[in-house]
Formats: sequence, structure tokens, C-alpha cells
Amino acid sequence: MKTREKLDAATQNPCKLCAPLGASIVFRGIRGALPFLHGSQGCSTYIRRYLINHFREPVDIASSNFSEETTIFGGKQNLLDGLKNICRQYQPEIIGVASTCLSETIGDDVPMILREFFLKSTSEILPKIVSVSTPSYSGTHMDGFHNAVLSVVSAIAARGNKLRQIGIFPGLVSSADIRYLKEVMGDFGLDHVILPDYSETLDGGPWTEYQKIQQGGTSVGQIASLGHSSGIIEFGDSLKMKETAGTFLEKHFSVPRFASGLPIGIKLTDLFFKLLEKMSGREIPSKYRLARSRLVDSYVDGHKHLFEKKAVVYGDEDIVIAVASFLFEIGVVPVLCATGARTGTIKRVLPEIASAYDKKITVCEGIDFEQIYEKTENLDADFMIGNSKGYYIARKRGIPLIRIGFPIHDRIGAQRILHLGYRGTQQLFDRIVNTVIEKRQEASSVGYSYI
Amino acid sequence: MENIKKEVLPDGEMVMEDILAKYPPKVAKKRSKSIVPNDSSREQSIQSNVRTVPGIITQRGCCYAGCKGVVLGPTRDIINLTHGPIGCGFFSWLTRRNQTRPGPEGDNYMPYCFSTDMQDDNIVFGGEKKLKEAIQEAYDIFHPKAIGIFATCPVGLIGDDIHAVAREMKEKLGINIFGFSCEGYKGVSQSAGHHIANNQIFKHVVGLDDKRKKGKFLINLLGEYNIGGDAFLIEDLFERCGLTLISTFSGNSSIEQFANCHTADLNLVMCHRSINYVADMLEKKFGIPWMKINFIGANASAVSLRQIGKYFNDKELSRRIEKVIAEEMPAVEEARKEVMPHTKGKLAMIFVGGSRAHHYQGLFAEIGMSTIAAGYEFAHKDDYEGRKVLPDLKVDADSRNIEELVVEKDPERYKPRKSQEELNKLKKAGVRMKEYDGMMPDMVKNSFVIDDISQHETEMLIAKYKPAVFCAGIKEKYTVQKRGVPMKQLHSYDYGGPFAVFKGAVNFYREMDRTINSKVWGLIKPPWDSSPEITATFGSE
Repeated sequence: MKTREKLDAATQNPCKLCAPLGASIVFRGIRGALPFLHGSQGCSTYIRRYLINHFREPVDIASSNFSEETTIFGGKQNLLDGLKNICRQYQPEIIGVASTCLSETIGDDVPMILREFFLKSTSEILPKIVSVSTPSYSGTHMDGFHNAVLSVVSAIAARGNKLRQIGIFPGLVSSADIRYLKEVMGDFGLDHVILPDYSETLDGGPWTEYQKIQQGGTSVGQIASLGHSSGIIEFGDSLKMKETAGTFLEKHFSVPRFASGLPIGIKLTDLFFKLLEKMSGREIPSKYRLARSRLVDSYVDGHKHLFEKKAVVYGDEDIVIAVASFLFEIGVVPVLCATGARTGTIKRVLPEIASAYDKKITVCEGIDFEQIYEKTENLDADFMIGNSKGYYIARKRGIPLIRIGFPIHDRIGAQRILHLGYRGTQQLFDRIVNTVIEKRQEASSVGYSYI
Repeated sequence: MENIKKEVLPDGEMVMEDILAKYPPKVAKKRSKSIVPNDSSREQSIQSNVRTVPGIITQRGCCYAGCKGVVLGPTRDIINLTHGPIGCGFFSWLTRRNQTRPGPEGDNYMPYCFSTDMQDDNIVFGGEKKLKEAIQEAYDIFHPKAIGIFATCPVGLIGDDIHAVAREMKEKLGINIFGFSCEGYKGVSQSAGHHIANNQIFKHVVGLDDKRKKGKFLINLLGEYNIGGDAFLIEDLFERCGLTLISTFSGNSSIEQFANCHTADLNLVMCHRSINYVADMLEKKFGIPWMKINFIGANASAVSLRQIGKYFNDKELSRRIEKVIAEEMPAVEEARKEVMPHTKGKLAMIFVGGSRAHHYQGLFAEIGMSTIAAGYEFAHKDDYEGRKVLPDLKVDADSRNIEELVVEKDPERYKPRKSQEELNKLKKAGVRMKEYDGMMPDMVKNSFVIDDISQHETEMLIAKYKPAVFCAGIKEKYTVQKRGVPMKQLHSYDYGGPFAVFKGAVNFYREMDRTINSKVWGLIKPPWDSSPEITATFGSE
């Protein structure tokens, strides 16, 4: 059997998803919004199924249901019909239209069709419509995600009297992470707008009555107000080289932008809290001081179990970088850091964080899971950390998998996994230590229960 | 069905008016043809297999999903290579719960997702070169017996000729390689993909291996996809009865079985929708008759087994079949008695697939539950109204685009298994060959039959009827459960099952009891919420 290192025509078990999926998540985090995919109905069905399985919540995504005829003559009529029907049935405040590889390949001009929709429409109350270009042959689901945030902001953000308010673009994090960010901002006394905010729409309770569009999310008004906010925080190292919602607001609205990696681990979380101190003019609340100090204390307690342990980290670039940085802190060597994206971010950023370790680390970009599997052969890793899709590797290699990020389909509560801040780091840390202990305990011939 | 009281069901026409009121007039007109308040005492017609209206949020998937995911997905020893951008391959990667038993030495590529992962430059300059390289790569790594190539939306547009590539690589590598033009925009639903998949299997695989297997009663099982291990239970029954299974299309299946399937003497059709054309083609080309069977529900399973016994007209076989049924029934009866007090008289709704929405009605009836609304996601008119409508079906533009194979008698291998005289005799004895009456005749008056149900219609039905359980797929699951109505997935079985034949029926009875009567439904309303109407939506009350 040949190894796949030198081969790369076929992707075998991909470590990335497609762009319209990322855009759909963003649209689900806007109040009264309905995502709409301009393409075959399969795209919306597949993506719905995937998101529903991860969040275990309803996710409605409309489609323009291309037929063979539409494909030949263009998707304009289907898009117009689809929007009309959606408006009538769902009365959305906003519709987010994302393109697909089909509509992009035939060259449909979505913004032009949308202009026609508004010109032709006789209805008095029309929703806002925002479009984003997301062909799945370019980039990954993360590009779809960030581009959708940019499209929404550039379409809606408006000028106005300066507000003492911070905008946050957290990237693809869990519903629990968004709730945590709100709590932190509240505790600092900072007014804030988080985009997207699917803390309720993708993690809500039972309904007393039917909700056509789940409650919650960032409102159109809040998005408009981003243009006159006092500052923007944007998480994600992968955003450094491209135009983002944050750089757009900086450039066109002169809103100061603060970019940082995802606040996972003490180092990155400290940076985030420092920034909040500066922005709010307040000292860090004692609640967080105590949380940090408990976290440090637990690092000390757990260190004997973790030092020199080896981990395989994989998934979206931003989470891989932040988690790798956290692992350095706790004495674990992330021997393999892998992503399906090809932007060069991890290779660029990781050496800055990990100069002392870099000889022991392999960074792989544009990789698939089968290559990750091959690379783990002689690594002797102690555990893997990433989404559900790497489970089969953990299983074959006989090592545990700690599930974080997206997608997680083989456990309940993916939307409630907290990754960010001192609290999220604490939870991750405890899970990691206990996983390592459990593995040792199970391998023990005695079965000690006093560890 | 007798458990249902008339007053439970409001007048169907009125409910329908309410449902349609939300739609723009044109849409309402179109949807009204796909919603039928059932009345089996008169001739009724339903519109099905028509395009979903854009903007109506549908359950349906696409042609690619039906072709790659449903039909070839459960076949373990063929490498399924998706030619396209990454999404389609990723989403169809081990997401259906088809199980397989390759044995210690057998190939199993089902856990893998192969894709050409097309990038911008492949869209601009064509992807054939990358496709060839990917085939070569898959071959170098695994040396499979066969490789299937699946076209996604952009492939048809940029004009990659996957079939030419398949021919070239087949010649070069000396293994069976063939393509499926199953671009997502083709047809109206995944049903088009089933058809394309079956056509290609018929053209490129069926008949390649003439060796007749040992055994007296050789059969194929068509349209059984082994979700949750259903096929394993069916296989076990066949073995105990003395029936030799040559191939299953396609669950626990292999390319080798397909190649040999024309040696069987009877085809059993489980899912009429996805496979009836294969049954027809096998009859025309090789002379193998087919019968519709149903292995969902203990009663239906017993009836099906006895029909098979009658077909082969062999005393020993019939004796063994009766023995197996007698062995299985006590456990079924015991479980039935146990759950009946908790389930009797309750209402179910089923909106799935092309056959399950019909098959599961019998299973529910066994525990005293009535199905008051049902419909398919991707079925055609004959699945609702029976094969009697086939001669009158109009071929629309969408169906015309799907290749219809012209099959003739095989000059050497055509051998009618039964003479016309024998077939007539069977008919007199109550053996129904090549017949299917569809779902509608089996449903009670004023129950609802709805094709390609939308999210809005689902919600209306739940509000109007407050069923004890709603069966559909993952996309509907949480919307239904948010309303306090128990929901059972009948695509993936909620990662449970098997539910086929006798042991599966026992599993299903108990699971329904637990699902409907779970204490969790009683916790949904918080003590501080005084809104009275929500109690009415609890399925268990």
C-alpha cells in the first residue's frame, strides 16, 4: 500500500466543509433571519441536516431549488419566486442569500437579481436582503463564515453618533461561548453587539407556540450600530491577511479594531481581559481574577499528569492555533497541528507562539484525515483534540479523542461546550487531564482508584 | 384502524383550507394538488414527483444524494469517488446508517469519503485531469474491484466527460470503473438519483458473473438498505427458512453480489419506489419474476414469507416458513401485550421516504396506533395510488431527463422461471406478482396524504391533530420535539433499530412505548407558566 504523502489528487476524508455552510450559520445568528441558498435543493438539505445534527436544534434554510432548466437558463426566476414565497410564509426581518458552486459556475449575478426583486415587488413591508458569494470550490466553511459576516456588516452598518459600545466578531464558536462573551462584557459594564449571535437561536428551549424563525440573534439595528461603535474585537488569526468585517469598519467608519486569537488558554485570555480593562476603564472584576487563579492552581495540580504528553490537534485554523497555544502552557506538545484550509495561517502564526518547541511540531495545511492518520503512525500521541470526524483515527490508534469545535455529531451538547475564557479553558483543562488519567487507569493491571 | 374514533378526525377539506391560507395563491393552487384528505371508497389522485416550489422548505434532497448516498453508499467493495467541490462528498460521508458485514478478509470502503475536491482552477480549466489522477490514486492505494464516479452540479456545467474518463481508466487499470451523471439539479428529488444509480449498476455490473450458487430457492432482495441492521435480521430469517439470498440492492451489499444477481429465481421488492425498475429490467432480460413484499411489522413479515413459500410451491419450504413464524411469534405477542395498554388508540404521522411511510403504518397498527397523516418525500404517483396508474402516467420534462434503459431478452440467459400458466395458477392461489396497491387504499377516511410536506404544513398538522408521535427525519426532529410532541426518525431510526421482521417489531413496540410515554414530556411546561394551551400539545396526554 502506498502512503498518500506524495499524492494529492483525491481528498480522502476531508478536514474541512463547504463555504455555504459557514454562511448559513452566520445567518442563523441574526434576529428574524432566514438563510437562503441559491442553488440545488440538495445544498440546503445537506447543510440543514449537518447543522441540525450538531446543534440539535431546528435549522430552516430555504433554497431556490434549481432544476435542469434553471441551470441552463439561469436562476433568476427561481430566486425571485423563492424570495417571494419566503416573505409570505416566514415574514423574515432579513434574508441572507448565499450562492453555491452551481449558481457561481453559471454566473448568476445575485446582487443584480436582488435589485430587481426590490424594484418589482409590490409588497409594502419587505425584509432586508443580504447576499454573499460562497462557491464551495474556493476555500472552506470558515471562508463562507467570515465572508458572510463581512457581507452583512458592509450592507447594514451605518453612520451615527458615536456609541460607547463594543462590537465582537467571535468567529465560529459554540452557543455557550457566545453566552460567556456576553456575560464577560456585561461584567465589565460594556455595551456590546456580537455578530453572529446564535446563543439562543441554536440552543433554545421548548416552544409554547410555533416559532417560524427561532427567537434571539443580533438585530438589524444592532448591526447598523456597529458603524458607530467605539471599538471592534475580532477573533481569529486566519483573518490577518484578508478583508474582514473588522477591517471594513476600520476603513470605512474609522472604528478601531482589535484583532486577537481565540481566547483559549491563560495567555490569550489574559490579552483579551487586558483589552477589556482598557476599553472599559475598569479593573478586571474579582470573579475573573478568581477564575484565573483557580485555573492556574489547577494547571499546577494537573501538571504531573500532563507534562511532555503529546497531542494531535486538528480542525479550523483559528481553533487549532488557540488550542495549540493552550497546550504549550500546560506542558503538552501538540506534535501535529493540522487543518484542511490552505491559507498558510498556522505555519505563519504557530512559530511565533511556539519557538521553543517548533522542532517537535509538524504543521500540516490543506490536509485530509487520511493523511492525518498516516502521520500519526509514528507519533506515539497520547490523545487527539478536535471535531468528531477524527474519531476513526483515535479509534484505530487506540488513543482518546477530546471533542471540541465543529462538527460534533457523536456526542450530545456540542453547542454547550465552552472553549473560551478562563472558564472555558478550565473546562477543557479538566477534560484533558481526566482523559489522560482515565487512559492510564484503564491500562493499569491493578486498577488504582487513588490517583 | 378500528381504534380510531370518528370525532378524532376533523373534516379534511377544512383543515386543508387552513393549511393553504398562508401560501400565495399560485403556490396554494399547486400545493392543493399534493394534499389529499383520504377517502379510499372513491378514486382519488395525488400530485407527486413534481418540483418543489422555490422557497418552500422541503424535506427533499438532490439527485446526487439519492445516487451516491442511498444506492451505492451501502455497497462496501466499490470506491465511490465524488467529482466536485468538497461539500457534497463531506455531507454524504458515513451519514446514513447502513450497516455492512465485510467479513475478516472483505473490502469495506464505506467509512471513507473520496472526493476530487475541485478548486477554482478545475472549474475554469476543467477537472478531467484531476479526476484521472484521483482514480489512479484510489487504485494505487486500495486496488479495489470497482470505482464509481459521481458528478456534482458544476461537473455537468463545465462539461467534464466523466464517462469517457471512466472508460479510459477502466481500460488502463483493468478494473470495473463507471460514472454516474447525477448532478444535483437533475430530477425533482433524490428519486432521480436512485434511478440513475440502478441503471448504471444494471448496465455495468449485473450479469458479469454467471456462476449459479448452491441452494434450492435463490432470491434477491431489492430496495432494502440495511438501516440499523434490518437486513441482518431478514438474512437470518431467510437462512432459517432455507432461502438462499444472492444479492440485496443495496444493504450489506457487494459488487460481486450484484454481478451474480441474475441467477436468482425470484425478486422480492421491499422499497417499490427506489427499485421497481430494476425488478422490471431483471424480469425482461433474464425472466425473473418479482413480488412486492414488506418486512416491516410482524404480520406483514409473516404474510410476505408465506407468499414466497407459495411462489416456490414446495412443501418442505412452506413447512420451514411456518416453523420460523411459529418460533418468532410468541416473543412478538408478549411484547405487544406489554405495550398495548400504553399505545392503543394513539395517533401517528409518518412523512418519510418512498416506502416507509406506508410500511410503518402496519407496524403501528399492531400496537393499536392509527396513522392519521402520511406522505412520502420523493415518491411517485404509483407509490400512493398503486401500479394501476402506471399506464396513464405522463412523462414530464424532469423525468424525461433521466435515462430509461431499453432492455431486451438476453439471447442466451433469458429463462422464464415460471410459465404463463404457472403464473396464472399462482394468481388464483392468491400470490400477487408484480403488483402494488400503494399507500392510499390502506389509510382511513379523512386521514391526510401529503406529498413532499413542507415545514409549514408539518406545523399545521401538529397543531390540528396533536399526534402521539411524528415520524420523519433529522430535519424535522427538533421542530416537532420543541412542541412537546415525541418524534421518531425513520431514516436513521434515531441510531436505534433494527425494526424489520419479528425481532425488529419487538424493538419498535418497546421503543414507541418509551418514546411516547417518557416522563420528559411532562416537564416541558414550567410551573410558573400559566398559558393553558400548551398542555394540549403534549403527545402523551
